[in-house]
Amino acid sequence: MRFSGPAIQTPAHGKNHVFKDIEHLIRLAAVMAIGLIAFIVLRAAVVPRSFGQYGHYRGAAIAEAAAHPISYAGHTVCEGCHTDVVEQKKLGKHVGVPCEACHGPLAKHADDPASVTPPKLDTAVLCARCHEANSAKPKWFPQVVTADHSGGVACDTCHQPHKPRIEDEKTAASGRKN
Amino acid sequence: MDLSRRRLLMLLPAAAVAWKYVEAGTPESSPNYKLTDHWWAMLIDIPKCIGCGSCVRACANENDVPEGYFRTWVERYHVSDWKIERPEVESPNGGKQGFPPNEESGGKNFFVPKLCNHCSDSPCTQVCPVGATFSTPDGVVLVDKTYCLGCRYCVQACPYGCRFINPKTNTAEKCTLCYHRITKGLTTACCEVCPTGARQLADLKNPNDPIHEFLRTHTVQVLKPHMATGAKVFYNGMDGSVR
Repeated sequence: MRFSGPAIQTPAHGKNHVFKDIEHLIRLAAVMAIGLIAFIVLRAAVVPRSFGQYGHYRGAAIAEAAAHPISYAGHTVCEGCHTDVVEQKKLGKHVGVPCEACHGPLAKHADDPASVTPPKLDTAVLCARCHEANSAKPKWFPQVVTADHSGGVACDTCHQPHKPRIEDEKTAASGRKN
Repeated sequence: MDLSRRRLLMLLPAAAVAWKYVEAGTPESSPNYKLTDHWWAMLIDIPKCIGCGSCVRACANENDVPEGYFRTWVERYHVSDWKIERPEVESPNGGKQGFPPNEESGGKNFFVPKLCNHCSDSPCTQVCPVGATFSTPDGVVLVDKTYCLGCRYCVQACPYGCRFINPKTNTAEKCTLCYHRITKGLTTACCEVCPTGARQLADLKNPNDPIHEFLRTHTVQVLKPHMATGAKVFYNGMDGSVR
């Protein structure tokens, strides 16, 4: 269907008016160009350089996670100096128990053995954590009800934590076998 | 040099970008560690777990986990007779101080240590709107806490409940598989202190890792395999009641 409104009256145009129309386009183009530049500059400022290095995340975050300080030195570090304890542990069932399972985090002691001394341990708490009887513990694991077993006497009165089995002469003296 | 106001304004954004990188510095990277040479996983041997909570305490010490929140925790299951779909599960303070004695009331009881499964197709990384959580090329799911908005999408998305919002930083937090340790050739803090060897770190890309022999010769499961998350924490001897 044809548009049937009144005929549009066009004003008389001079050459100046034609140039003025192009000027509108140039201004629009300039605004868009400024917008684009602003976008590129802002994007460069906001998006970290390593973003997208490995995927849709900041690649440098991996190295930052790896830079966290260490608290547990690891038993191989302990064994470097405490060779006497290693030999002692080899004779008993605690051979597979890592040092820091009982002694706690000691990376600072490993870094500077002279100035950082490991704290004294409370065997009544530590031994019971593993060896207190609990029906959910596997049957192969040695368990005792501490109240019946020792009656409050500290575990290391009889047991040597690094080699927990009581020696024969001691068992003969106390009349108890374990 | 003729520096007009206009020129200065034009240079400022560029200078700001440059200064940001000067300030940030580059964190110390681990020498000789190649991201593409590893594919980290963990093995949990349930018949060996004695529920001592050493792993939970070690994790909290190593990673400054706030009190009352857990990156790893231990659950005690009680399954009475045939009620395998309704196990009784408890985890007092995450098992951090061990478990109180329970009465022998028939059925079976056992411990299940839990942690992030470092899924290879993890739902948590897929929902992050800003790319603040991701899977590294060596198979560890990490959180970029400087990028995290704390929107909690990932906390809801994790089918294993392994994420929480740190109350201090208000950003998502989770097990990093002790990324700072494993990249230096150490094992994770939880595996380091486990007295019975119930938890073992494994590198699936290392052909000499004992994990391969173990997986071949044992009945091993992952948690919620129907969710197809590609979980990489393998459980040996796990009861069907474990969720």
